[in-house]
Amino acid sequence: MEPEEQTPETPIEQEEQAPQTPVVQQEPIAEPPVEPDEEAPETPPTPDSEELRIGVFVCHCGTNIGGFVDVPAVVEYVKTLPNVAFARDNLYTCAEDGLTAIRDAIKEHKLNRVIVASCTPRTHAPLFQGVCEEAGLNKYLFEFANIREQCSWVHMKEKEDATRKAKDLIKSSVSKAALLVPQEEMKVDVVPRSLVIGGGVAGLSAALSVARQGFDVHLVEKEGVLGGFTRNLNSLSLGDKSAEDTIKPLIEHVQAHENITVHLNSQVESVSGFIGNFDTTIVTNGSSKEVKVGTIIVATGALEYIPEGLYGYGMYDNVVTLTEFEILCKSGKLPKIKNVAFIQCVGSRGQDKSYCSRICCVISIKNALYITENFAEIMGEEGAERVEVDVSVPEISSRRRRRRRMVSAEGEAAPGPAPTGGPEITIFNRDVTTYGADHEVYYNKAREKRIRFVRYTTDNLPKVTQEGDKLVVNYYHETLKTERKLQADMVVLATPLIAPPDAADLSKKLKIPIGRDGFFLEAHMKLRPIDFATDGIFVCGTARGPADITESVAQGLGTASRAAIPMARGFIQAEAILAQVDPEICTGCGTCEANCPYGAIRLSDDGVAEVLAAACKGCGCCGATCPEKAIQMMNYTDDQLLAQGRSILQGAM
Amino acid sequence: MSTDVLVIGGGIAGIQASLDIADKGGKVYLVEKTPSIGGRMAQLDKTFPTNDCSICILAPKMADCYGHPNIDVLTYSEVVGVDGEAGKFKVKVLRKARYVDETKCTGCEECVAKCPQKVPNEFDQGLGERKVIYMPFAQAVPRVVTIDKENCTWFIKEKCGACKILCEREAVDFDQKDEEVVLDVGSIIVAIGYDIWDPTPASEYGYGKYPNVFTGMEYERMINASGPTGGEMKRRSDGERPHKLAFIQCVGSRNPQLGHAYCCSVCCMFSTKEAMLAREHHDDIDSTIFYKDLRAFGKGFFEYVERAKNDYGVRYINSDATVQENPENNNPIVVYDVAGRPEKEEFDMVVLATTLVPRPDAIKIAEMLGIPLTEFKFFESKDRILAPMDTVREGVYLAGYCREPMDIPEAVAEASAAAARAVETVLAKGVTG
Ligand SMILES: Cc1cc2nc3c(=O)[nH]c(=O)nc-3n(C[C@H](O)[C@H](O)[C@H](O)COP(=O)(O)OP(=O)(O)OC[C@H]3O[C@@H](n4cnc5c(N)ncnc54)[C@H](O)[C@@H]3O)c2cc1C
Ligand SMILES: Cc1cc2nc3c(=O)[nH]c(=O)nc-3n(C[C@H](O)[C@H](O)[C@H](O)COP(=O)(O)OP(=O)(O)OC[C@H]3O[C@@H](n4cnc5c(N)ncnc54)[C@H](O)[C@@H]3O)c2cc1C
Ligand code: SF4
Ligand code: SF4
Ligand code: SF4
Ligand code: SF4
Ligand code: SF4
Repeated sequence: MEPEEQTPETPIEQEEQAPQTPVVQQEPIAEPPVEPDEEAPETPPTPDSEELRIGVFVCHCGTNIGGFVDVPAVVEYVKTLPNVAFARDNLYTCAEDGLTAIRDAIKEHKLNRVIVASCTPRTHAPLFQGVCEEAGLNKYLFEFANIREQCSWVHMKEKEDATRKAKDLIKSSVSKAALLVPQEEMKVDVVPRSLVIGGGVAGLSAALSVARQGFDVHLVEKEGVLGGFTRNLNSLSLGDKSAEDTIKPLIEHVQAHENITVHLNSQVESVSGFIGNFDTTIVTNGSSKEVKVGTIIVATGALEYIPEGLYGYGMYDNVVTLTEFEILCKSGKLPKIKNVAFIQCVGSRGQDKSYCSRICCVISIKNALYITENFAEIMGEEGAERVEVDVSVPEISSRRRRRRRMVSAEGEAAPGPAPTGGPEITIFNRDVTTYGADHEVYYNKAREKRIRFVRYTTDNLPKVTQEGDKLVVNYYHETLKTERKLQADMVVLATPLIAPPDAADLSKKLKIPIGRDGFFLEAHMKLRPIDFATDGIFVCGTARGPADITESVAQGLGTASRAAIPMARGFIQAEAILAQVDPEICTGCGTCEANCPYGAIRLSDDGVAEVLAAACKGCGCCGATCPEKAIQMMNYTDDQLLAQGRSILQGAM
Repeated sequence: MSTDVLVIGGGIAGIQASLDIADKGGKVYLVEKTPSIGGRMAQLDKTFPTNDCSICILAPKMADCYGHPNIDVLTYSEVVGVDGEAGKFKVKVLRKARYVDETKCTGCEECVAKCPQKVPNEFDQGLGERKVIYMPFAQAVPRVVTIDKENCTWFIKEKCGACKILCEREAVDFDQKDEEVVLDVGSIIVAIGYDIWDPTPASEYGYGKYPNVFTGMEYERMINASGPTGGEMKRRSDGERPHKLAFIQCVGSRNPQLGHAYCCSVCCMFSTKEAMLAREHHDDIDSTIFYKDLRAFGKGFFEYVERAKNDYGVRYINSDATVQENPENNNPIVVYDVAGRPEKEEFDMVVLATTLVPRPDAIKIAEMLGIPLTEFKFFESKDRILAPMDTVREGVYLAGYCREPMDIPEAVAEASAAAARAVETVLAKGVTG
């Protein structure tokens, strides 16, 4: 059990995600100090009638422990402890001869509890537990005493004290071991079916791969078509086809795959259950359908930030966002333009949004190159004079209607003279963020094509105004240290991707967290980037944060791999170290439900907390926070931990 | 037909890909060239943007991987030949003799203590020394030692043998031979990562010439508690610790003249991290980062940079920079410009964010597998938009930094993606025969 690893660890989210590091053992020990007269009996009561026979194996770990702790003396001491039937030392307990010694001793000395005093349970507990099982001993009757990391390594200069501490640590483990009870691990079948929410490139890639790995998929898309945001786009960076043509084969493969059921115009209404057995309701045009799935992949994408009131957006014609620009190009409605200014980081990087949107730099460059490369064609004789955006994306069409009203109130702009010569393009940026090889190559190409890059800082933001029928960008030249002016036929604003407004709703339904940036928050920023802390639910694409198509596809495939793991196994075996609620004591306050990072405890219909064994990680958050002390952690019960704590304190007295 | 998968490269990408496949019940051979898995991530001190201890979060994964019943970890091994096609590749793997019996060695390192020969430690970027019989690093997996034959007195003049005499477990075996094994696998994942460019040829940065100029990876090792200086920053010239650090970005990268016309994707962030960590070590250290464009584009990265500025006092200067030296005290002098005006400032240590380049082995492996490399010698995807993990050769997939510059979480996500593709292939081939 490694609760630290499972905990969301976004730097900006740390406060939100409390408790940061659930520590299993600390909280229960933090009881009021033990009164000496309240002392535990020397020989604790046994959980069953069977005679206790504890075996203790003390490891030298070469010189790692043996060099600083007097191991033979420790063994002699251990032999005097209550219930210890056998004790010995090993040069390396983990080497094959050490393991054989454990196996043999269990049989020969009829041991019913085993303690290894050596290194760390983190790496070695499964090994020793396995040996116990081989010898017919339930693995929950094994206990670890860490006398390396917690003793010899930190007391290399105090050998006598190290030896004394090793004795105390083992003594406390003996006290706990006496109270251990065998546990059965629960095995839960996994329904071999995935639910994929969102039919953009990420969801499509995920669905196809899960299907190709042999499992059924239900793909739920709220719009009437598949393809997601990419449908709005014109060209693609790195591509030579239109965006729609590029993703067409992917959509066709998904539609053709026999394992995939596509639900268009649909939403996920409710989700209950846990990994392996989620009960979901999919609503399509008012009618609902129940689907039971084993895993869920969230691929609900992102939307473009609307720069209302920034840089003349919503006020002047021909101030458009990147998406609108792509739609204009795609639908052949681009007006006659020659001078184009792109403004980067509009609303991002510490302005309205705290983050960098990762892809808008390369997208601006892609569109700048598109203009230079297709200038003659897109500027055809009869180019439309005014921005008309007619698109299927509702957010954009409604925004446009509003804008047109504003413009007509100010009077129509007179058509300007037709442009001559090549285009002139300026990209106002704070930092050109074309990372990696694929994006940087575009930047290099743009500079070859004489696209101008002008840096600005947040102290001197460019200003967009209109003089006559021309847009003007007023900016501060950082090198020349002067105010400058640039005439533009069109100003394109690079705004960040933002989480869609209904993400919050999905977050509640699935009990998955959202970070401060509004995007879904993964289980661990470094090593579990596409998992949620809740088992069986995964996230990919721009639902997780800004990403280009390549990255969204990779993440989509990645979640397909992650989701296939429990389904390929067919079952999950939950560790028996679980929370257990005493329904007599529980008052149904719900504190535990609010504190469980894994969504593994909830109030049942009769108002008391119930644990979803398959989802519980035994992290102890619920037990530590329950005001009624109605929750015990199996194998870390209050009794066991108190016995352990008491015997350490006795040693200290 | 084989449904087994070969993973080449045991960095974080290779480890994650192996675990994903093995957890589904697939059999994996993980071939790693060096004596331990872990890759570059094992060398890092902390990781941006969480400042998690790198090896602490990696070590459990390394242990899981090595202990997994479905994963055969072949360290100190290299792929030397590939035949066949998806579903039935025949792969020749050279298992180099480590002159220590992996099944007997318990990693006690008693032999290491007694070995009299020392050489520069590659894991510490040559900053410290290691013995000739050595554990590559404290958390190495497998925990067994290896004899570096080239430098061993026994192999040079048949003398010494101290390690063999000393090892109680009789694990040292000078007669071990290189071995070739043939693996039948259905698909292959390439995850061989990156190398660090040696900036000596770019003389304007003074690396190799001025003692107090370091690379980013050298610095990572130096500030690491288990590194060559026990976590202390030490100037090469006098062993003093610095008070004023300069970080220079894009050293060799984004530079077509040097053949690296790409961005490494991680150095803006790791320099930010390294500057923050300097302050965490000693709160009187001031750091300045000279950058071209500050690329803070990942989740939480821009916020991290803001934290570096506001809470750690890191100064960012937007300028190209080169290095000179004050001959009196060996202090590096950074020459840069502000609004077209040249400026000079003296520091007591300079850290260079050097280009991260494809491994030289990429060329060999690409040839063996019959797959192309990009102009920069990264492995080329079949379709960079919709099939980034695929190569032109069916059944051969890519993951991690050897495909495109990326950080750890991206490498992890891609590794899972490559695992998905590999599993799809072996399943499809298994069905169609
Ligand atoms: C202006 C612009 C230009 C771009 N140009 C490029 C480019 O050139 N190259 C490139 O690689 N990338 C480009 N991108 C990025 C690219 O659009 C994204 O990487 C890609 O769309 C992400 O795919 P996705 O599947 O994660 O999300 P999306 O494409 O957003 O798809 C999400 C899907 O989920 C659906 N959905 C949302 N919520 C729900 C719900 N609750 N229930 C059911 N369905 C739901 C949505 O309707 C949508 O279909 C560009 C982006 C922008 C804004
Ligand atoms: C100074 C520095 C600091 C960094 N800090 C961070 C950070 O804080 N956060 C972050 O996210 N990223 C950071 N990175 C980036 C990070 O190191 C990489 O993203 C990550 O290590 C890539 O993993 P990988 O598995 O793709 O490659 P690697 O780690 O390079 O692994 C490749 C493996 O393949 C093996 N191999 C090579 N050739 C062969 C062969 N022929 N046969 C078999 N095996 C072979 C190698 O020995 C190695 O084990 C940093 C990089 C540097 C240089
Ligand atoms: S415009 Fe560039 S720097 Fe600004 S938020 Fe977008 S990608 Fe980041
Ligand atoms: S916190 Fe305790 S009392 Fe409250 S609901 Fe949970 S178990 Fe019941
Ligand atoms: S070779 Fe022998 S002495 Fe050396 S580490 Fe291995 S077991 Fe210990
Ligand atoms: S034989 Fe070689 S490896 Fe062994 S102790 Fe001597 S020099 Fe070191
Ligand atoms: S990440 Fe930063 S330092 Fe590294 S090459 Fe890119 S821009 Fe330069």
